[in-house]
Amino acid sequence: MLIEIENLSVTFYTAGRHVRAVENVSLKVGAQESYGLVGESGSGKSTILRAICGLAPITSGQIRIEGKPLPTPRGEAFARQIQMVFQDPYAALHPRHTIDRVLSEPLAIHGLKGSDRRIEQALIDVGLPPAFRFRYPHQLSGGQRQRVAIARALMLEPRILLLDEPTSALDASVQAETLNLLSRLRIERGLTFLMVSHDLAVIDHMCDRILVMQHGRAVEELSREALATANMTTPYARALFAASADRMLKGWTMPACPFICP
Amino acid sequence: MSLLSVKNLRVTFDTETGPVQAVRGISFDLDRERLGIVGESGSGKTMTGRAVLRLIRPPGRIEADAMTFDGQDLLHANDAQLRALRGRRIAMVMQDPKYSLNPVMKVGHQLMEGLRQRDHASKAEARAKALAALEAVQIRDPDRVMEAYPHELSGGMGQRVMIAMMLIPNPDLLIADEPTSALDVTVQAEVLSILDNLVKTRGMGLIFISHDLRLVARFCDRVLVMFQGKIVEELAARDLLHAKHPYTQGLLNCLPRIGGSREPLPALDRNAAWAR
Repeated sequence: MLIEIENLSVTFYTAGRHVRAVENVSLKVGAQESYGLVGESGSGKSTILRAICGLAPITSGQIRIEGKPLPTPRGEAFARQIQMVFQDPYAALHPRHTIDRVLSEPLAIHGLKGSDRRIEQALIDVGLPPAFRFRYPHQLSGGQRQRVAIARALMLEPRILLLDEPTSALDASVQAETLNLLSRLRIERGLTFLMVSHDLAVIDHMCDRILVMQHGRAVEELSREALATANMTTPYARALFAASADRMLKGWTMPACPFICP
Repeated sequence: MSLLSVKNLRVTFDTETGPVQAVRGISFDLDRERLGIVGESGSGKTMTGRAVLRLIRPPGRIEADAMTFDGQDLLHANDAQLRALRGRRIAMVMQDPKYSLNPVMKVGHQLMEGLRQRDHASKAEARAKALAALEAVQIRDPDRVMEAYPHELSGGMGQRVMIAMMLIPNPDLLIADEPTSALDVTVQAEVLSILDNLVKTRGMGLIFISHDLRLVARFCDRVLVMFQGKIVEELAARDLLHAKHPYTQGLLNCLPRIGGSREPLPALDRNAAWAR
């Protein structure tokens, strides 16, 4: 297994209270597999990705990549193997750095030569015209920015991409384009995806196996087939499935308002 | 007579390269019903919503043949008249809680501000109403949220706070600009049922702006599909699956489906001729 997460717990300590963001979650992702994490906001799915990158404190449990535990701090070898794409393309790119600078920074840090050629190729690979190289993020649309963020993640040719809600800030039509791009890159480069989304339809379109999470705990692991046939065993996974937007067209009725409105 | 009537609305921005029309002559009427406005970003749907409240700043201009709300002329209303309408009669839920809530003010204060100013409520009264409003949008721990700053809330919580804030004055018309796109599906369904209930029990009118056609279709009575500042199709929500316009069909088909094929999703066809 390429990624192995065993009994991972993440606890944040703030003044006077602690928040258990992730509790005892285990999962395994094989090479070139696409694995999805779904759940409501605050269910700890993004925290798992952040813990892998060393952006969240691991209180117990272990994360292994190719059988080896991750070093702390993560270091350069880690960055070459695993990269992350964040949710908000408006916040993830430095507003005063040109696209050229955004894309050349990882190359400079890792002392890779031929940045000119690599940057041009990276832009072409994500379907942006090379002329965008000297633009600033504010001169691009949301979808174009997310393409730049994907290009940046791929600069060091990693094997694993961690995708944190890569399309939730995008329009339906731009979402389709971005998902198509990710699928194409995965096939072309043999990438492994660990993807977080709250949209079950997006996860279903992209992933082979799915872990449903709630309140920091793993609720149920589903195969793609089990999801498509609504073959889930826990009530929460079923509720998530029933509430999914694309279910709403067929025979879905608005649940009765369960409380008194003001 | 309808609650809101808009005739030939145009929103124009004068830029260095000449005027840009964000909304190009749209007309619609709204009763106490749920009207959806759908389109991609840049199609003018948000500008339409803002224009109704005259919330477009110069250099933007609003022009229309007529725009009336409950018999009142919105186009020529003065600032005092508009102030009496905004919030109290027509409320708007903005898209992004990160930018629409005051970052240096506690959520509770922001919720109570309107009550204290507008309704001259006592502190205790305002607090009780604010707490009730937070509970109504299914916030589990309203006391904590009242004491929190906006950055301490998740996107979904922030969105619910904004909805709670807009519902306190009991408006006749609610304009909701992508109120659920920051929310996950279970909360989305909850928020929609809250809005749905309000329309039914209070007889409120609702303009629901979204890019998610399926969601709008399920939830609204009528849908306007906008493309490049024009309405390309208007249809009853139940007829959505039989939409005739290729743009509407494109918007429907580019969404992934559970159990759908793994083929690349169809790209949206954008034919400029449709907007002429």
